Amino acid sequence: MSTTSVLGGVVKRREDPALIQGTGLYVDDVKLPGMLYAAFVRSPFAHARITSIDASAALAMEGVEAVYTIDDVRHLGPVLAQVPIGKVRPLLADGVVNHVGEAVAMVVAKDRYLARDAADAVEVDYEPLPAVVDLKEAATDQRKVHDDLESNILMTWEAGPFGDPDAMAETRRKIDEAKARDDTVVVSIEAVNQRLIGTAIEPRAVLADWNPGYGRFTVYSSTQIPHALAGAIAKTFGVTYNDVHVVAPEVGGGFGLKLNIYNDEILVAFASQKLGHPVKYTESRRESPNSTIQGRGWIATATLVGTRDGEILGYELHGLCDMGAYSQNFTVAIPFLGVFVASGQYKFPTHVKLDCVATHTMTTDAYRGAGRPEAIYYLERVIDAYARKIGMDPAEVRRKNYIPADAFPAAISPVGFAMDTGDYAKALDALVESDGYREMLAERDRMRAEGKLAGVGLSTYVEVCGFGPSGLVDLGFSWSEYGAPSAFSGSGLVRVNPDSTVTVIIGTGPSGQGHQTTWSQIVADQLGIPLERIRVIHGDSEESPFGVGTFGSRSAAVDGSATFEAAQKVRAKAAKIAAHLLEASEEDIQFADGGAFVAGSPDQTVSWEEIATVAYQPHRLPEGMEGGLEAHAIFSPANATWPFGAHAALVEVDGDTGDVRLLRYITVDDCGNVINPMIVDGQIHGGLAQGIGQAMFEEAVYDADGNLLTGSLLDYVLPTAADLPSFELHRTVTPSDINPLGVKGIGEAGTIGSAQTVVNAVVDALEPLGVEHVDMPLRPKRVWQAIQDAKGGN
Amino acid sequence: MQIRMNVNGRAVTADVEPRTLLVHFLRDDLGLTGTHIGCETSYCGACTVIVDGRTAKSCTMLAVQADGAEITTIEGLAADGELHPVQEGFWERHGLQCGYCTPGMIMSAVGLLSENPDPSEDEIRHGIEGNICRCTGYHNIVRAIEYAAAKMRGEEPAPAEWETQEVTA
Repeated sequence: MSTTSVLGGVVKRREDPALIQGTGLYVDDVKLPGMLYAAFVRSPFAHARITSIDASAALAMEGVEAVYTIDDVRHLGPVLAQVPIGKVRPLLADGVVNHVGEAVAMVVAKDRYLARDAADAVEVDYEPLPAVVDLKEAATDQRKVHDDLESNILMTWEAGPFGDPDAMAETRRKIDEAKARDDTVVVSIEAVNQRLIGTAIEPRAVLADWNPGYGRFTVYSSTQIPHALAGAIAKTFGVTYNDVHVVAPEVGGGFGLKLNIYNDEILVAFASQKLGHPVKYTESRRESPNSTIQGRGWIATATLVGTRDGEILGYELHGLCDMGAYSQNFTVAIPFLGVFVASGQYKFPTHVKLDCVATHTMTTDAYRGAGRPEAIYYLERVIDAYARKIGMDPAEVRRKNYIPADAFPAAISPVGFAMDTGDYAKALDALVESDGYREMLAERDRMRAEGKLAGVGLSTYVEVCGFGPSGLVDLGFSWSEYGAPSAFSGSGLVRVNPDSTVTVIIGTGPSGQGHQTTWSQIVADQLGIPLERIRVIHGDSEESPFGVGTFGSRSAAVDGSATFEAAQKVRAKAAKIAAHLLEASEEDIQFADGGAFVAGSPDQTVSWEEIATVAYQPHRLPEGMEGGLEAHAIFSPANATWPFGAHAALVEVDGDTGDVRLLRYITVDDCGNVINPMIVDGQIHGGLAQGIGQAMFEEAVYDADGNLLTGSLLDYVLPTAADLPSFELHRTVTPSDINPLGVKGIGEAGTIGSAQTVVNAVVDALEPLGVEHVDMPLRPKRVWQAIQDAKGGN
Repeated sequence: MQIRMNVNGRAVTADVEPRTLLVHFLRDDLGLTGTHIGCETSYCGACTVIVDGRTAKSCTMLAVQADGAEITTIEGLAADGELHPVQEGFWERHGLQCGYCTPGMIMSAVGLLSENPDPSEDEIRHGIEGNICRCTGYHNIVRAIEYAAAKMRGEEPAPAEWETQEVTA
C-alpha cells in the first residue's frame, strides 16, 4: 500500500489534541451533582470464613451514607461471566473469602477520603482457613478451593486436532512412535509462564447514576466492552437493555483488564439506585492487582521430537493454567486461545492438553495476547532447544517445518483450525536477511570474543485474532450471558449530515488504539470527504449500533470492515443522488476532491454539500428514494485472522551479577494490509514492551498463604524507558482474504512474539556455560543462580 | 487550612483539609483534571506537574506543601493557543496512545529539556525513567522529545521514521 493515500498512509491522530492538553475526559474526571464515593473493605486473607461484620463505627461517621454487605445484594445474583465455568464471583464475599483483596463490604460516603476512612472503620472478623495457592498442588485436588465444586480442575482443553478424539489418538500414536525411534531426539522443557498484573496506568473507575423518573441508569465506566456492560447491568437489575446507557469515555489503557464485568460496576449502580445519588468508585493502585484480573499463570511442559536433520515429527504441550478463585468474563476460555495457536505456524503433529485449575488467588482472564503468548512461548522455546541440540541454525529449523505458503488460503493447522492466509518463510527471511540481524550476530560474536556473555534470540509466531466467526457462539464467543445474545461480529454506522460532515458511530471500546483516526481514514477513502470533516464516536452503548467492544485485536478487521461496508452503502446512495443531479448514469459517478463527478467529464461535478442537502430535502430526490444519507452495516467474518511474524533480540548478560541488558530488538510483523503505519507501529512498540516486560521484569508473586507480595508498583517491576532500546520494525504484507480491508490485527502481536525471543537470546548468551533454561522473569538473581548452577554442574 | 498558590498563572486561594493531596486539590477543587493519578506512590509519574520550576509528583505531595508555590499543569502549558513544542512533538511523533500517562510524561519532558536542551537518547530515556507508559514502549516518546528538543533549539527536527522507513514486500 502506498504511504500517501488516505488508506494506508500516515495520518496524525485525531485523538491527540485533547490528550496532550489535558482535556481528554476519563471516568474519574466526571463529576455529577450530589455524587457520592464508594470504597471497599477487602479481605486480608486468601481463604477465611467471615464470622462477623460490624459496620456501626463506619455508619456513625458523619457523611457516611451506607455500608453494604452481601446480605444487601445477594438477590442480584453473582457477577455475570460469559463463560461461567467454575465458581462465579459473588458481588461481595458470601460467608467465605477466597482470595486476598476480595471485596467484603462497600462503603458509600460524601467524599473519597471519608469513604476510605469509613472502610477502614468496618470491623470484620475472620476465621482463617488453609489456602490452596500452589498450582501443582491445586491440580492434585488434595485440598479443595471450593467445597461445593467437584474438583479444582475446572476444565480441560485438549486438541490435536480439536474436537476429533480419533484423530487425536492417531496424533498421540505418531508422536509416541517418533519418540521411540532410535534416530530421533526428544527435547523437553518445563517452564513457568508467570502470572502478570496488566497494570493499565489508569486504574479502573466507574460512576453510576440511576434516574428514577427516567427509569434509567447512566454509567460511565473505563471498560473495553460498553455494550456488554449495559447488558449485564440490565440483566442484573431486571431492567431492559435500553434502560442502561453505558459510556466509556477516554479509557487509560485496557490490555484485556477492562474486558470484564466487575462487581464494582454493579455495586455502584445498586448504591445509586438505593441512595438516589450518583456513586463513583475509582480503584486505587494498591487495590488494583487484586480487584482487576491478572493474566497468564501457566506451568507447562513442552516436548518436541524430531530427526537429527531438523524434521520435527511431533510436539506436545501439557500444562496447568491458573484460573484464580473465581471465574469472570472468559477465565477458563483463555487457555483455549492458546490451544488455537498451539502448533504455531508449523505442520508437525501436535497434541495439547491444558488443565484450568482454581486456586485461592485473584482471577485470571484476558491480558494482552491472552493464551497465545503462553502457547507460542513454549513452542518457540523448545524449538530453539531442539535446534541447539541438533546443531542446526534456529531459523533453518523453523523454515523447514512451516506450513508452506502454497497451503493457503485456509490451511488447516495440526490442532484443527483453518488459517486465513500466511507466508511464514517470507517474514522469517525478511528478518534473517536484514542488515540488522546480520549485525546482531556479528556484534554477538565480537562481544563473545571480548569475553562477554552475549546472545541472539529468534522467535517466530502466529497469532489468531479478529474474533470471530459467528459460528463460534457455542464456544462462548458472544455476550449472551450478559443478556445480549449476539455473535462477535462488527458494526459501523456512517452518517452524512446535512452540512456534509460525516459522523461515524462504531461499537468498539478502544483504549488508545486510535480508532477515531483509523476509522476516519476508512471512511474518507470511500467517500472522498476530507478527514477533518469526519468525526468518529465510540464507546457509547446507546449512540452506536450494538457493538462487541475492543479486544483480541479485532476492531479493525471486524468493526473496521463493517464501517467500510457502511461507507460503501452511503457512497452507492450518494452516487444515485449525484447521477440524478448530474443527469448521468449512476455507474459513471466517481468521487474525489470533495464531491462527485462523471467519469470522463470532470467538469460535470456536484459537491458533497449539494448531495447532502438534497438527501435531506426528499422532494429533490429521485422518485421513490428515501431521505437521509446514512447506512449501517454488520460484518460477520467467515474466520478469525492469523497474523504472524519473526522477532530477534540481542542481549548481554553480566556474568557476575546476572543483569540482562537488551541491546537491540528487530521485528518483522505481518498483519495484512496496514491502514495507518504509524498507528500499527505504535501497537507493535507497546506490545513489545509488555512481552519484554514479562521476559525480564514482571511477575505476580503470591506466598504460600496467598498474600500477593508484588501488590504495588514498588514491587511489581514495569519496564521503564531506560530498560528498553529503540525498536527496529519491518513488515511483510500478506492480506487477509476474509475481510474487505485485507487487515488482520496488530494489538497483541508484539506481545506474542517477544517474551521467548528475549529468553532465547539469554539462553544463547549462557549456552557457553551450559545453561539450557531460565524461567521468566530474567531478573538478575535468577539469571545469576542459573549461571552458578551451571558452573556447579561442570 | 488556608492555602494560596499560583496555578497556570492564576492566583488561587482555598481552605483545604491538611491531608488533601496536591493532585486531588488540582483535580477536584480546581477542576484541572488533566493531571492524572496512576499509583499514589510516586512511581508511575502520571501526576507530574511543575512546582516552582521543578517537576514534582503531585500524588505524594500535600496541597499545603504547595502553599505559596507557582504551579504549572498540563492545562497551562500551551500559550495563547500555541502548543508547547513538547506537546507538538508528542502529536507529531505519535508519542501517546491512551493518553493517560501523557500529561505527566509531557511535564517530565518539559522539566528534562529545561535542564538539558540537547539530550542524547540515553539521557532522554533516563530522564523520563520516573514516568511509566504502558502503551508506547517509550519508542515514540523518545522520538517526540527529540523532536521537541530540536524545535526548542531552533533546529529542524529529524524526519519521522515513517517518512524514511523501508517497507518490505
